Amino acid sequence: MADEAKGGGGLSFHPMDQFQVKPLFGTYGDPIHWYTITNVTFWLALAVLAVLGLMVLTTSKRAVVPGRGQSVAELMYGFVYKMVEDVTGKDGIKYFPYIMTLFMFILCANFLGLLPTSFTTTSHIAVTAVLGFGVFFAVTILGFVKNGAGFLSLFWVASAPLPLRPILALIEIISYFVRPVSHSIRLAGNMMAGHAVLKVFAGFAQVAAIAPVAIIGVMAIYGLEVLVSAIQAYVFTILTCVYLKDALHPHH
Amino acid sequence: MADNNNAAGEVALGAPPGMPQLDVGTFGNQIFWLVLALVAIYFVLSRVALPRIAAILAERQGTITNDIAAAEDLKVKAEEAEAAYEKALADARAEAQRIAGETKAKIQADLDVAIEKADASIAAKAAESEAAIAEIRAGALVAVAEVAKDTAAEIVSTMGGAADASTIDAAVSTRMKG
Repeated sequence: MADEAKGGGGLSFHPMDQFQVKPLFGTYGDPIHWYTITNVTFWLALAVLAVLGLMVLTTSKRAVVPGRGQSVAELMYGFVYKMVEDVTGKDGIKYFPYIMTLFMFILCANFLGLLPTSFTTTSHIAVTAVLGFGVFFAVTILGFVKNGAGFLSLFWVASAPLPLRPILALIEIISYFVRPVSHSIRLAGNMMAGHAVLKVFAGFAQVAAIAPVAIIGVMAIYGLEVLVSAIQAYVFTILTCVYLKDALHPHH
Repeated sequence: MADNNNAAGEVALGAPPGMPQLDVGTFGNQIFWLVLALVAIYFVLSRVALPRIAAILAERQGTITNDIAAAEDLKVKAEEAEAAYEKALADARAEAQRIAGETKAKIQADLDVAIEKADASIAAKAAESEAAIAEIRAGALVAVAEVAKDTAAEIVSTMGGAADASTIDAAVSTRMKG
C-alpha cells in the first residue's frame, strides 16, 4: 500500500531476512555445507563465549564475598540447582549439569539474539528441535533404563477407574509424543514471532508520520522480548525437569 | 531472497519464501554447530564452572558456620567472665564484711577489758577511801570524847568541885553512846 505512495525505495518489509542462514565469509547464496562457517556458527560461538564469561571468568577469583559478576553466576547456579532439586527430587541432582547446559545456552542465545542486527539461533526450529528431541530421547531412554518396563506405568493411570484407563493411556501416550514438538516449537515460535514483530514495527518507522508510534512500539516490544527471552529459557528448563521427573518416578 | 536461494541451488530444497526456518538445506549446518556448541558449554560448565561455584558456595557456608560458632564461643566466654567478675565482687564484699566484724569484735573485747580494769580500780579506790573515811571518823570520835572529857573536867573544876577523872570518863562515854 504505502509501497506505491513512497515510490522507488518505498516501504519494504523484510521481517524474515534476519533469520537467513548465510556463510560468514562469502556472499549470501554460497553453498552451505554442514561444516560451512555461517552466521549460525558465529552466534553459537558467541553464546559459548557468553556462558564462559558469565560462569567461568566471573568466578575466577573464588571470592567468599562475591562481586557483581560472581553474584550473577551464583544466582544462576542456585536458581537452576533449586529448580532441579525441587522438581525432580534428590536423585535428579546428578543430571543438573545437563540441565544447566540447556538453561545457560538458551538464555545466552536468546539474549544475544536481542542485540540489534544479530542472528537468533534459538529462533530456528532446527536448533530447538535438536534441544527438544534431545531431551525427549534422553528422558525416554533414561526412563526405561531406570525403571525397565515399569516406565510404561507412566501411561497407565492406576488411580483412575478401570474402564477409563485405556482411554487415559491413549491420551497420555499422545501427549507424551507431542511433548518434544511443543517443547521445541514453543521456544522457536516465541523467538521468531517476537523478532519478526520487532522488524515489522521497525519497518513502519520508515514512514515519517507514524515513526514515533512505530519507535515506541519497537521499544515496548523489545521490553517484552527481554522478558520472553528469560521466561522461555526458564520454561524450557523447568519442562525438562518435569520430563526428567517423569522418567525417574513414572508412578503417578 | 528466495530467488537467491533458488539460484544458488544448494539450499533450495523447497525453501518456501519468507521462512528461512524451514529451509531444510541449512539444517545440517545448524545442527552440527549447535551440537558442537552444546558439547563445549557442557564441558565448560561440568568441568570448570559448576564445581568451582559449588566449592565457593560450600566454602562460604563453612565460613559462615565457623563464624557463628566462634561468635557463640566468644559469647560464652564473655558470660563466664561476667560471672567471674560478679563472684569476685561478692567475695570481696563478704571479705570486707568479715574484716569489719572481726575488727569490731576485737575493739569490743579491748573495750570490755579496759572497762573491767577501770571498774576494778575504781572499786579499789572507793574501798580505800571508805577505809580512810572510817578511820577519820573513828579518830574524830576519840577526839570528841577527849575534848568532851577535858571540857567536862574544866566545867566541874570551875564550878568548884573536884573532878574525878574516872567518873567524868564514865559519864561522857555514857552520854556519847546515848
